[in-house]
Amino acid sequence: MEGQLAHIGAGLAAIGSGAAAIGVGNVAGNYLAGALRNPSAAASQTATLFIGIAFAEALGIFSFLVALLLMFAV
Amino acid sequence: MASEAHGAEEGGLVFHPMDQFIVKPLFGGDTIQWYTVTNVTLWMALAVVAVIAMMVIGTRRRAMVPSRSQSIGELAYGFVYKMVEDVAGKDAIKFFPYIMTLFMFIVMANFLGLLPMSFATTSHFAVTVVLALAVFLTVTIVGFVKNGAGFLGLFWVSSAPLALRPILALIEVISYFVRPVSHSIRLAGNIMAGHAVLKVFAGFAAIAVVSPLSVVAITAMYGLEVLVAFIQAYVFTILTCVYLKDALHPSH
Amino acid sequence: MASQTTEAAGHAADAAASAPGMPQLDFSNWGNQIFWLLVTLVVIYFVLSRIALPRIANVLAERQGTITNDIAAADELKAKAVEAEEAYNKALADARAEAQRIVAEAKADIQADLDAATAKADAEITAKAAESEKAIAEIREGALESVKVVATETTAEIVAALGGSADDKAIAEAIGARVKG
Repeated sequence: MEGQLAHIGAGLAAIGSGAAAIGVGNVAGNYLAGALRNPSAAASQTATLFIGIAFAEALGIFSFLVALLLMFAV
Repeated sequence: MASEAHGAEEGGLVFHPMDQFIVKPLFGGDTIQWYTVTNVTLWMALAVVAVIAMMVIGTRRRAMVPSRSQSIGELAYGFVYKMVEDVAGKDAIKFFPYIMTLFMFIVMANFLGLLPMSFATTSHFAVTVVLALAVFLTVTIVGFVKNGAGFLGLFWVSSAPLALRPILALIEVISYFVRPVSHSIRLAGNIMAGHAVLKVFAGFAAIAVVSPLSVVAITAMYGLEVLVAFIQAYVFTILTCVYLKDALHPSH
Repeated sequence: MASQTTEAAGHAADAAASAPGMPQLDFSNWGNQIFWLLVTLVVIYFVLSRIALPRIANVLAERQGTITNDIAAADELKAKAVEAEEAYNKALADARAEAQRIVAEAKADIQADLDAATAKADAEITAKAAESEKAIAEIREGALESVKVVATETTAEIVAALGGSADDKAIAEAIGARVKG
């Protein structure tokens, strides 16, 4: 019973991955919109883009980690 | 409990997505001491060999007009050098070998981990936590050595209203100490997630009906993982540069 | 510690049969991984900082120097080329002017020669025409005289054959009137 609850929890935690996907999409989409408006400034901001994506994605990885912990470590 | 859940379903459809991360002694034996030669040792040694092949053997001719292998080495050098210079500033150049070491190790370990039957060393928290702590300690020590107590100005947001500053300082301190956590978990989590997903898709290949789909999915995921392998190395390095910039110029 | 390691080894042994927990959280092998990681990092650091990076930096600096020199040399050569082109253009213009002058001169010469030759030819033609006219007039004169003589003789013969007699003077007068008319 407890194990099954843990699996349900893991599934719920996986929702966080979807949320992180929204965040990453937001970052990349806004970058693209800005880059199309001002292509000359785009190249100088790729580093910022990757940092932003990394921060957004890290939180999704946290939820993935929680899911894994529930699946395998509880 | 986990084994019941996996082994029982679908008549032989078994997933062991985490088995690929098991640390095993390379030459038999049961116990893992700190000096035991394990598959971790093997794949880290291969990473060293790859770095030497790329950066030393590839550039051995010191040609004015570079050969293919030499231009790869120069490309890696220029890539990291420019990153350090642009993000962390000119006075961070003396940390360039240190950052280059981190980048080369992570990128090589990531790519080697993508080889079939290989072992992804960077998917282990033991590895990434050490890397992240090394960066954290370096940055903190450099910050205090360079700026003395002025380094604490990093947490004191002087542009904010006075009433908010203690709260912001608390948040800044917390976020400062969360840095090594997110720094390490991001790298290991990405690599682990990618490899686990590949294994799960590979598990589906046992069912004849969906196996072509599974193979296609593995191929697509593998392409994505190649991208992720590089991007995570890049992100780790560039965040190191960002933290280093904070340490060298803590003014907010 | 010991029980943990045996447990981990047990996991490894029957890994095919059962899925263990996350190997990442098996703290018994952290020491091993950290030790080998530090060895790896130190090796890479020394290889890079002692051998690879100075070498690549040297090569890049050398290449930068060569490129700078080459660009300077190329600029110099370009200036020279521009100079040479100017000289060439000037020579070309000079040659063209010279050629035009020669052509004009030659044309004038030819025109003068032509004019002289035309004038001479005109004069000759005029002289020849006058001469010819004179010869024609003479011939015509001569022919008229001959006609008169032949006619007179023929007339005298005819008159004699007809049995008449006519003096020469009358016949000559009649002939003169006829020929004239």
